[in-house]
Amino acid sequence: MKSLSVNEKLAHNKYELDEDHPHIVVHQAVCEAECKIRACLFVCPANVYSEQEGKIVADWAGCLECGTCTVACPPQALHWEYPRGSFGIIYRQG
Amino acid sequence: MSEEKLDVIVVGSGVAGCSAALLLARAGLRVALIERGPYPGSKNLSGGVLYGRVLHQIIPNFWEQAPVERFITNQVVTFLTEDSSISLDYKTEAFSQPPYNAFSVLRAKFDRWLGDQAEAAGALLVPGIKVDRLILDGKKVIGIAAGEEEMFAEVVIAADGANSFLAQQAGLRPRLPEEHVAVGIKEVIALPQDVIENRFRLNGNEGCAFNIVGSATQGIAGGGFLYTNRDSISVGLVIQLADLIERQIKVTEVFDHFLQHPFIDSLIKGGKMMEYGAHLVPEGGLRMMPRLFMDGMLVIGDAAGLTINNGFWVRGMDLAIGSAIAAAEAVIRAHESRDFSEQSLAFYHQKLSESFVMADLQTYARAPHFMQNPRLFTVYPQVLRDIFLGIYEQNARPNQHLMTIGRRAVQQNDLSLLDLLKDLWNGARAL
Repeated sequence: MKSLSVNEKLAHNKYELDEDHPHIVVHQAVCEAECKIRACLFVCPANVYSEQEGKIVADWAGCLECGTCTVACPPQALHWEYPRGSFGIIYRQG
Repeated sequence: MSEEKLDVIVVGSGVAGCSAALLLARAGLRVALIERGPYPGSKNLSGGVLYGRVLHQIIPNFWEQAPVERFITNQVVTFLTEDSSISLDYKTEAFSQPPYNAFSVLRAKFDRWLGDQAEAAGALLVPGIKVDRLILDGKKVIGIAAGEEEMFAEVVIAADGANSFLAQQAGLRPRLPEEHVAVGIKEVIALPQDVIENRFRLNGNEGCAFNIVGSATQGIAGGGFLYTNRDSISVGLVIQLADLIERQIKVTEVFDHFLQHPFIDSLIKGGKMMEYGAHLVPEGGLRMMPRLFMDGMLVIGDAAGLTINNGFWVRGMDLAIGSAIAAAEAVIRAHESRDFSEQSLAFYHQKLSESFVMADLQTYARAPHFMQNPRLFTVYPQVLRDIFLGIYEQNARPNQHLMTIGRRAVQQNDLSLLDLLKDLWNGARAL
């Protein structure tokens, strides 16, 4: 089967985007002080996290809400909560 | 939301939450079932095999109405190396008769139906509401808050999934340690019904479930799965997070590598990717189980860490339903005695301990540790490959006895006899 990029895969999903209400906020100071391995860059199935000019940036719109990053990142490095009611990923298959 | 106090608030409409709400509503209690997604199942994802006998106890012959995909008649365990696959393919007619053994399900459809059953029994389904926090009076849980709104009940049942922020807030569980969780990644791939039935040798609504070990995960602790739905295939990986972090390999690349393995590719070729999802899997078993009850609150399902993986199968939904039954019994009894204290709700733990749920967690208590043995994912699939290559390859040279082939395969892969015996012994005890 032709392999798809992560972005192409996410494009097949249904999301209700909650504009202006990011449900993930990266606390750069904690990130930089406490994390050397930057696990968020490789554990996230949706490639939400990327490094831009040395800082970790969360492109939260594609988040699958699994919570893997909250376990992998140092405590307090992320403010991560579920999107507001009815927003975010909406599985049609599951 | 109403100011009036309810008997029970169930947070989360997965199979645990829906089952609990259904049983409590049937018993005449006033129950709200709160779901953060727009409908039950919209946030839910699993590998997708439901061992259904326990659900049959509470909804007899549920498969006649429920949107199940296929009943599982073929259970396959496959070992992969980079260039080979070795499968143990078990098929029995016994699993093609009601009440069946297991079903493939797609949670966005199945949980929605189960939520409808809870609603039909009298539960108040409240979708689209994210519970932000518990409301406590001293050490007793008395309700939940969502944004500006509050809702009160005699007891709250946390069925809010693997991340269970409610169990964390209540202090029943610490932050999840990476050693005790795995990340599950899955694609649902559309294929015509007749292609699936021909490709997997299925008659009618029969279905197939593969558990896949070996180079599926490039040596990282974990495994793959592939299940047939009616006109799609669920294919995915479950990867232990601590091992992934140690190896620093991109999980999306591990998954693509798996999908491109010739064995997997041959099963999904021609299909069309429909949905891509991910979910956290609590894999610690008894060792990560939180406290399950406190004044005014119970924890069930994934939130309670109720999953088992023994290499042959992965279970979670049936354990979730088992915990919902035990929780419902405890809450109904507490309601009758008007006592929702910790001592009263301890009856939940007692019922759970008497049920197959805790019995199975105890039986497989060593499984999580055993399933981290790196030899399972690297050495053993290669030993098997070398044995079967030795058996089948005819190269115009004299063949060897199986004993010699086996000994050579063990030596070629630097497997010590001591490790082999140790693993056989531990495996037999763990699984």
